[in-house]
Amino acid sequence: MADSIFRKLRDGGEEGELAPALTIEETVASPFALDVSCYLLANLSSSILAGKSKSEGLVLVTFSRSPSFYLQFLKQKGIFVSSSSKWIRVLDCYTDPLGWIDQPSPGVITEGSSLIKLHKCVSDLKRLFSSIIEAGREMVGDGKTRFSVAIDSVNELLRHSSMPLVSGLLTDLRSHAQVSSLFWSLNTDLHQEKVTNALEYISTMKANLEPFCPSSDGKRNALENLFLVHQDFGKGRFHIRFKLRKGRVRVMSEEYHVDQTGINFSPISSVETIIAATKSLIPKASYLVHFNLQLSEKERFEKEKVVLPFEHQDHGKSTEIYDGRRMLADGKTEATPLSSGELQADVVSSGKGGEIIYFRDSDDEHPDSDEDPDDDLDI
Amino acid sequence: MDRSVNLLDLALGFDEPSPLRGKVVLIEDCVETSGSFVLHQMMKRVLSPHSSDSLIFLAFARPFSHYDRVLRKLGCNLATQKTNNRLVFVDMLMMQCSDNESGVAKLFREIQGTVGKLRSVTNSNITVMVDDMSLLEIAAANSNSDHVLDFLHYCHTLTSESNCSVVTLNHEDIYSSMERPAYLLQMVCLADIVIKAEPLASGLANDVHGQLTVVNKGMISSKSGKGSSRNKLQNFQFRIKENGIEYFYPGCSRN
Repeated sequence: MADSIFRKLRDGGEEGELAPALTIEETVASPFALDVSCYLLANLSSSILAGKSKSEGLVLVTFSRSPSFYLQFLKQKGIFVSSSSKWIRVLDCYTDPLGWIDQPSPGVITEGSSLIKLHKCVSDLKRLFSSIIEAGREMVGDGKTRFSVAIDSVNELLRHSSMPLVSGLLTDLRSHAQVSSLFWSLNTDLHQEKVTNALEYISTMKANLEPFCPSSDGKRNALENLFLVHQDFGKGRFHIRFKLRKGRVRVMSEEYHVDQTGINFSPISSVETIIAATKSLIPKASYLVHFNLQLSEKERFEKEKVVLPFEHQDHGKSTEIYDGRRMLADGKTEATPLSSGELQADVVSSGKGGEIIYFRDSDDEHPDSDEDPDDDLDI
Repeated sequence: MDRSVNLLDLALGFDEPSPLRGKVVLIEDCVETSGSFVLHQMMKRVLSPHSSDSLIFLAFARPFSHYDRVLRKLGCNLATQKTNNRLVFVDMLMMQCSDNESGVAKLFREIQGTVGKLRSVTNSNITVMVDDMSLLEIAAANSNSDHVLDFLHYCHTLTSESNCSVVTLNHEDIYSSMERPAYLLQMVCLADIVIKAEPLASGLANDVHGQLTVVNKGMISSKSGKGSSRNKLQNFQFRIKENGIEYFYPGCSRN
């Protein structure tokens, strides 16, 4: 399913339409948007080099990692980038976004080439837009040939500029005739919901990473969720939402697993595995209290074998469990089961065929049932 | 000779050489449970006689004499390390910082300059430690959390450009969640490793002084086969003794 996003980005939009745009949403408990971006970057790069993409170049705008990180990653995937590469340009908004550094540090790749350009003023979005288009045209010229744009994260952009300005930048990029496709990532825990919604409106695809843990209600819970994820950290669900041209929406989901090499996708596990994974959250949370809340198999078996008091006194008759709907035959229903100890003694001593009617709570009733036991009080 | 690794060392990956190279570590603590001991333990690790790593320490909270006294009890002589140029101690209590954005910018440029000088004489890991971020915000950033985040971003660039490590201590319970709910989250997102020190859920105890949760996020390894510690979350308890810290899993006997 992640492949389907890549194919949409690779194929670009049709003539006269805005470029397809993807938002990758991560959370504090599932911080893997970088892995998804790298996955798409590698695939797009391969298809551009193989001539299978509608775009003939890629402009990578880096905010959260250095350009050398991405170049090193591509090299690991067998895609070698040199200063003479004509299919990729990097706009470095990571090294010195605010112009604090007078001259670049020795580690920054400049080489006098146009491969990596340092961008020093991230709050000037008009200038950023011009720089992206200029970088793209350096590769593909001014004609009809198109290029793709990848922004590794818009979190820093949103910190330095207002949401309308950032939306404006992304919309301008989508509207440009030479931009074939566009993607960016966002951490939804860092921004208000209106920001996330605004960016979703200008996307044609949305991918979000959801961890295998309860969803958060507020920013504070986002931190708690991170520490509650435990052994499921690095795994979760990957949901993709496509907005189709006629207004329909298609949603697909799969599971993701992150390891040293990157992110891997697989179909959703069976229901039993999901339930087991959900139940496995309980032992994880149990480290917060220092006693064992779980039953072992043996303990569970022994518990099921226990016969509750008074249930063995059916004298061969099948046990009738009062379920609250049937009227009972005799007035012995007045006797409460709690005092049945004494009643039992009386019955035995009388020698008569008295019986104790034990009303067992329904097996289906959960301890935290919505029923209020005091509902029948007439106060 | 202390070559033993404890649970904290294992969680941080200290069973491998220089596991924090290129990483940002955030230590979060609260009023009930101070995380300073984690900082001291990491200082001791960095300045261990078995490594040649260097440390740049920005002290906003306490003077040099305090850290010297604490580390002596852990078996580390800070004065000697200063003389050997393995420790650059920046006493921010005495420094005058200007109260605008250029204050943090100037501070970063000084750190970058120091890193450059150290890098010219050693290829070993350089760690930049800040104690602590809340005081940096007051002293250098004019109580502007945006400037603090900018400063952290630039420190992050040191991890990639100069292959340094950055370790910061922050008090997570002094920020009102209504004012800047995302501020703490921004710091967590920036960090590769988050170490949270907090009290036990059951309250105070004589034998157990708190618990640590270590989240090692890591990232796609640019070095093949390195770093099996990606996406690991570990929780264990600790007891602070006179000359060190004991770490143990809940319910287990201590070493």
